[in-house]
Amino acid sequence: MKRFAQLIKQLDSTNKTNIKVDALASYFENAPDTDKVWTIAILSHRRPPRPINTTLLRTWASELANIPLWLFEESYHIVGDLAETIALVAPPSEKSTEKSLTQYLEEIIALKQKDDAQKKEYLLENLKKLEYYERFVFTKLITGSFRIGVSQKLMTRALAKATQIDEDLLAYKLMGNWDPNTVSFHDLILEENASDFLSKPYPFYLAYAIEDEVSDLGVVSDWSIEHKWDGIRAQVIIRNGEIFIWSRGEELVTDKYPEFHQLVEILPDGTVIDGEILPYSEGKIGTFNDLQTRIGRKTVSKALLAKTPVILKAYDLLEWEGKDIRSTPFSQRRGLLEKLYKVTGHSKHNSTSSKNIPLHLSENMYFTSWEEVAEERTKSREKQSEGLMIKRKDATYQVGRKKGDWWKWKVDPLTIDAVLTYAMRGHGRRSNLFTDYTFALWDTAQSELVTFAKAYSGLTDTEFRKVDAWIKKNTVERFGPVRSVTPQLVFEIAFEGIALSKRHKSGIATRFPRILRWRQDKKIEEANTLDDLKAMIPSVTQ
Amino acid sequence: MKTPLLVFNENGIYCEAAGVYLDPWRPVDKAIITHGHADHSRWGHKKYITHVSNVPIIKHRLGDINVSGRTYGETFTINNVTFSFHPAGHIIGSSQIRVEYKGEVWVFTGDYKLEDDGISVPYEPVKCNTFITECTFGLPAFKWIPQSEVFSDINSWWAANRAEGKTSVLFGYSLGKAQRLLKYLDTSIGEIYTHGAIENMTNVIRPMISFPDTTLITRDTTKEMLRGNIVIAPPSAHGSTWIRKMVPYVTASASGWMTFRGARRRRAIDKGFVLSDHCDWQGLLTAIQETGAEKIISTHGYTDIFSKYLRELGFDARTEKTQYEGELAELETKKENEEVL
Repeated sequence: MKRFAQLIKQLDSTNKTNIKVDALASYFENAPDTDKVWTIAILSHRRPPRPINTTLLRTWASELANIPLWLFEESYHIVGDLAETIALVAPPSEKSTEKSLTQYLEEIIALKQKDDAQKKEYLLENLKKLEYYERFVFTKLITGSFRIGVSQKLMTRALAKATQIDEDLLAYKLMGNWDPNTVSFHDLILEENASDFLSKPYPFYLAYAIEDEVSDLGVVSDWSIEHKWDGIRAQVIIRNGEIFIWSRGEELVTDKYPEFHQLVEILPDGTVIDGEILPYSEGKIGTFNDLQTRIGRKTVSKALLAKTPVILKAYDLLEWEGKDIRSTPFSQRRGLLEKLYKVTGHSKHNSTSSKNIPLHLSENMYFTSWEEVAEERTKSREKQSEGLMIKRKDATYQVGRKKGDWWKWKVDPLTIDAVLTYAMRGHGRRSNLFTDYTFALWDTAQSELVTFAKAYSGLTDTEFRKVDAWIKKNTVERFGPVRSVTPQLVFEIAFEGIALSKRHKSGIATRFPRILRWRQDKKIEEANTLDDLKAMIPSVTQ
Repeated sequence: MKTPLLVFNENGIYCEAAGVYLDPWRPVDKAIITHGHADHSRWGHKKYITHVSNVPIIKHRLGDINVSGRTYGETFTINNVTFSFHPAGHIIGSSQIRVEYKGEVWVFTGDYKLEDDGISVPYEPVKCNTFITECTFGLPAFKWIPQSEVFSDINSWWAANRAEGKTSVLFGYSLGKAQRLLKYLDTSIGEIYTHGAIENMTNVIRPMISFPDTTLITRDTTKEMLRGNIVIAPPSAHGSTWIRKMVPYVTASASGWMTFRGARRRRAIDKGFVLSDHCDWQGLLTAIQETGAEKIISTHGYTDIFSKYLRELGFDARTEKTQYEGELAELETKKENEEVL
């Protein structure tokens, strides 16, 4: 544990990516193999299940620190991270321990089965013999989340540096399901012909947003244009008579979408399709809000299946006849995909004429000028898309977010002026600063403010500091970490999509709301109304 | 009910019996001042009374003002109210103000810390009935480690940066923290360079305290001259064009706020050293116990939380709103620091 805690301390002592990579690489060169595997697992979000719930954790930590629970809670709201709070309030360590990271993780996994008294004893005993950073790491492992400013990409880069293995290949090896408890460093990383590639998805290729003029991309005929669908990015894998569906978050979601299980019968073995899972009924694509009802469910009821069926909007083919074809040009992969689409029983290149097979083709469009592309983009909202994807025809399918060949050109967001009503302290690098805001709009009578969205991003650090100072001076009431503030500040809120919703107090759900700018020139009387917001909902009949 | 000896009004902490203010935030006729930081000694009062060590500091900041200096323990009387200054250990000259009238004693701490920093006269507990205390770090998450350990870490950090051919840039408030850092830097590692705000303030204090030699960074200072050496700069210099010419450099901040990982990451500083001129949680509780006071008024910091805890311990504790900022100026970029220097 000392070595791992030292690594985290080193990573914490710099803001420079290269130094972080060096520190990690050096760790990967020197740490015991089992610790390495666990470190890779932790930094790629494969953590053991939480053995102690946070209520017990807080209660026991406050006992250890000899402070009342409410004072612990207040400290937690301000520190903004539970593990950090526990590490800070715990008394200085009395002893020390040489237990390894692997040992600790094995104990934490075993702890889940123990009774509360045993859990408490284990927690307190270990907190007493760990130094500050070890306490922090230990508690982080118990609380589950391990976001410490090191991305999976950065970790993979360091691993590539330490092992001299190609970074993209490593990214592929680390995809999918593997168990840090049983897999060896050799099998996971070093083995050249890893046998268990059966269920593994390929790393997703991600697009960059167009920043400047779209015409800077050059000749329009070099590019293939399609709509940017607003669902769940997914890979559908058919291998050895089995189907695996992976979301972009590397979650295996096969069981959540039973509609697709019939594809095993239809698609040939050795096929991997990249596409978007979209809600689709009565010949129309639904909103992301419709899809929300499917995302959270582990098991899907018949009623839900009937109410919100989904399809896969296919846009790329990554594996064909058992061969990885990612290095062939997009136009060729696309040709194979269209061929495949035909054999599934679709007669035409027309995604709306399916025979109940939940596989549709994302239409590729070709234009003769960027003006035509821009014109198509304006139709995005009515087609339930977020904008356009612009893909270079001869591009390979790359790993992760890479500039150059895939671009997203989203529609301009919808915007509305809203009043700041509540604020909450942020987490991580925004801890101890009020950065999480709730916004409200006027009701029809313009007499009351109705909450409509929360937003956490969009201001600069300087603006956040200013608003934070204002909030501290203009607090009306405190509810734990939340403060209600005098309605006085107006912000322009941008969002991507909008739909009616029964789950929201305002009756309206907005997609990805964020702060566009602080309207210091506006008084609250000039903020918009809920009716203004409702008027932005696209009419149901298209 | 009689008027309390000290009341909090729109101008500051007011002693009606004497007609004077303690650390007022708006211009008044007569002000008794705890120390030289900008949120405690403000511009525009007709007369200032403060500890002698503060006189040159406040004059440096505020120019030609009417100020008289007193020594620790020396009493002076205004309209039968007796005042005296007592060491607060916060920065050089920092004082608690003791106010006595008809047998009742109030103490206002200004800012203070219990650890002897070797620069300011160490904090002395003063018995009183009512104790007006800051609580900038009034949360159990704040626990200082002895400064000898912090300075050993700072010097190791500097030496490691030097070995890599990098310039170390250490941020600290130009009055107080900067001198505390200066005092304990190991000059066998390299040379100490300073930002103008810090050089000027340090020169004001040099006649009272000895410090290692420093070199002011000017237009003629090259990055080759700085390489491997350390630069002491105010927090507001972070991210400025002034600092960019020092490449390659590594940044660190020394502040109580560096306790929070988020505070360091938010400011995009490489390294955080936890070093404060205020009391930590236990320091506040110890100080309160030692005064023997029954009534505790918290002025700035996590006042509501701290007062609530004190009430649970059995004190008559409450919060008063003031415009003091504590160590906030070190966490967030404050321009005031530069404007006055």
